[in-house]
Amino acid sequence: MSAEITGAQSLVKSLEAAGTETIFGIPGGAILPAYDPLMDSSIRHILVRHEQGAGHAAQGYAAATGRVGVCMATSGPGATNLVTPIADAHMDSVPMVAVTGQVGASMIGTDAFQEADIRGITMPITKHNFLVTDPRDIPRTIAEAFHIASTGRPGPVLVDIAKSALQAQTTYDWPSEIHLPGYRPVTRPHAKQIREATRLLLEARKPVLYVGGGTIRANASRELLALAELTGIPVVTTLMALGAFPDSHPQHLGMPGMHGTVAAVAGLQKSDLIISLGARFDDRVTGNLDSFAPGAKVIHADIDPAEIGKNRHADVPIVGDVREVLIDLHAALAAEAEAGHTGDYEGWVSFLSGVKATYPLGYDKPANGLSPQYVIERLGAIAGPDTIYTSGVGQHQMWAAHYVKYQKPRTWLNSGGLGTMGYSVPAAMGAKVGMPDTTVWAIDGDGCFQMTNQELATCAINDIPIKVAIINNESLGMVRQWQTLFYNERYSNTDLHSKRIPDFVKLADAYGCIGLACESPDDVDATIDKAMQINDVPVVVDFRVHRDAMVWPMVAAGTSNDEIKYARDLAPDFAENDL
Amino acid sequence: MTTHTLSVLVENKPGVLARIAGLFSRRGFNIDSLAVGPTEHPEVSRMTIVVNVESSPLEQVTKQLNKLVEVIKIVELDPTTSVTRELVMVKVAANVETRGSVLEIVQLFRAKVIDIAPDAIAMQITGNAGKIADFLTMLEPFGIRELVQSGQVAIGRGSRSISERSLRPVAVPVAPAHAG
Repeated sequence: MSAEITGAQSLVKSLEAAGTETIFGIPGGAILPAYDPLMDSSIRHILVRHEQGAGHAAQGYAAATGRVGVCMATSGPGATNLVTPIADAHMDSVPMVAVTGQVGASMIGTDAFQEADIRGITMPITKHNFLVTDPRDIPRTIAEAFHIASTGRPGPVLVDIAKSALQAQTTYDWPSEIHLPGYRPVTRPHAKQIREATRLLLEARKPVLYVGGGTIRANASRELLALAELTGIPVVTTLMALGAFPDSHPQHLGMPGMHGTVAAVAGLQKSDLIISLGARFDDRVTGNLDSFAPGAKVIHADIDPAEIGKNRHADVPIVGDVREVLIDLHAALAAEAEAGHTGDYEGWVSFLSGVKATYPLGYDKPANGLSPQYVIERLGAIAGPDTIYTSGVGQHQMWAAHYVKYQKPRTWLNSGGLGTMGYSVPAAMGAKVGMPDTTVWAIDGDGCFQMTNQELATCAINDIPIKVAIINNESLGMVRQWQTLFYNERYSNTDLHSKRIPDFVKLADAYGCIGLACESPDDVDATIDKAMQINDVPVVVDFRVHRDAMVWPMVAAGTSNDEIKYARDLAPDFAENDL
Repeated sequence: MTTHTLSVLVENKPGVLARIAGLFSRRGFNIDSLAVGPTEHPEVSRMTIVVNVESSPLEQVTKQLNKLVEVIKIVELDPTTSVTRELVMVKVAANVETRGSVLEIVQLFRAKVIDIAPDAIAMQITGNAGKIADFLTMLEPFGIRELVQSGQVAIGRGSRSISERSLRPVAVPVAPAHAG
């Protein structure tokens, strides 16, 4: 029988045993017992300024490293402040464990001070959650939480622990195995489905590999490249999958969807076979679902069976880990190729190459002022493909998706499903903690930045030298773009005046960071170079860009992907008979 | 729309019912009837859920239910190879003049009197939905004072049990802490 320790000590030992290196969090009444043994632990605790920052930092850490991100908060408001990052991690399948303190077991349900039913609140936005009131359950619960968060389709798991359980005496016993009778993710694809998929791939004339974020979560980039090059099939990578396949690869058509490239949208829309790999036919990709890719059969591979057939009927459903699916498909198609059977995609590939050449990504430079796309293009070119980029949500996010040019997985972290403004700075902080030798740039909007920039203090104090590029168009730019296009240029509540207030350079300075500003195209390279040379403190660059730039191409919400506009009032001209 | 009966085996843990009910409402499905109770295994509860949906959204809701960690198994019971029952308790106004007629209906339907007062009779009846509806139609003219109905429960015919295979324990080794 092992010696008696407190539940709090048991929690910290359990987190260590689960492999936790870093926790992002803030103490408070109910979680306070856990913070005492944490002082003596090998775990690095990073004291953030707002729990939302802790959650996004854990997400950034997880997305950059592939390991489980851990955040911690107290009961009530501490826990509810984690709700946004938990929902975000749930939508984007980020492995994360959130530990929250709860009021003492005897107080639960009495509306006690700082009591919130966080388990109830987070039921629909977690992969699973627990309420622990018996200290003996702590090690097993933590082991189960990490197992659930990191296996199958990854996701957030919340462990809410009553203060009384943390204070009580218990014994620590790390389990060697766990029993979860209702949780058995299928990772090996079924051979029959692989055979069926192979048959469709050889019969198709216009196939496209529709690559989603699951490909990155499954570490399947190498296998994807091998399959793409074996078959010559064109590739589109969704917002969540940027970097899964090199942007520079000739088979890459770009990002599909509402702000996708014309080639990527056409590649899906006009295909006769979509091979979906860890993607989920999100509305931002499909546009109006009824008119999406009307001539395409679908092979849908996903580790989550509930995604298959959810939005679009799958002709060949394949439940499995994307990496294993790609390995099996490659083996089957290589064997067919040996036997002289290969797909004939020549006409299709040349059609799409034509579309790609005719409708490249591009933007107009304004006569005066700084173009946001140019800033991001130069940032991508100077910081290069080894840098990790995070972004907020809005115009700057789409421009970062288009113009950075990603070559490697886990170099582009953003909030895709939930679309959380304010993700960028704390996620960059988490990524930098997980990958301390890698340059991390947060590409942020002036609106997003003002939601979570308090974490610059955390970065400055804890030696987390991230770099922030504020694409400052002094407005909620994407909303403003919609007002321009769909609300007769009536700009209701989108003007932030952020070129006047706050002064971002002074703000950076106040937070112990270096603040730089740039408003002329001539200074962009020099400013980025200067920021790249500062590696001991965080850097914030206020890129003061012109405010009327818009994100193109665009498929208006709810319309068909056939209605894509290459630029305002300019539809691409390709007819069915071009094929 | 068609009616489907789902038998759902779940871990007997607090909060499971809230998870399942929440999932139905979040995905926009209405539950017609829900019954929960223990099974032959103390750690497992069984829910019988009756939903009225087309088969394609039903498949989606079944898949979403299966994702819940505490859901062990879901089986849709085919009405031709399963037996369903529900229980109704009903209180009807009945005085000296009408009591005899009410008792006649009770006998006809093999219902049971569970309480009696000078001006009322309480009865219970078990059966499938059709039999219960007919019974209530017959009682209506007397004046139904109070009615309470259990959710539907259902069991497959034959010797097989839905809990046989699914409850075999499968242990997963805890992954060692990652290096570094």
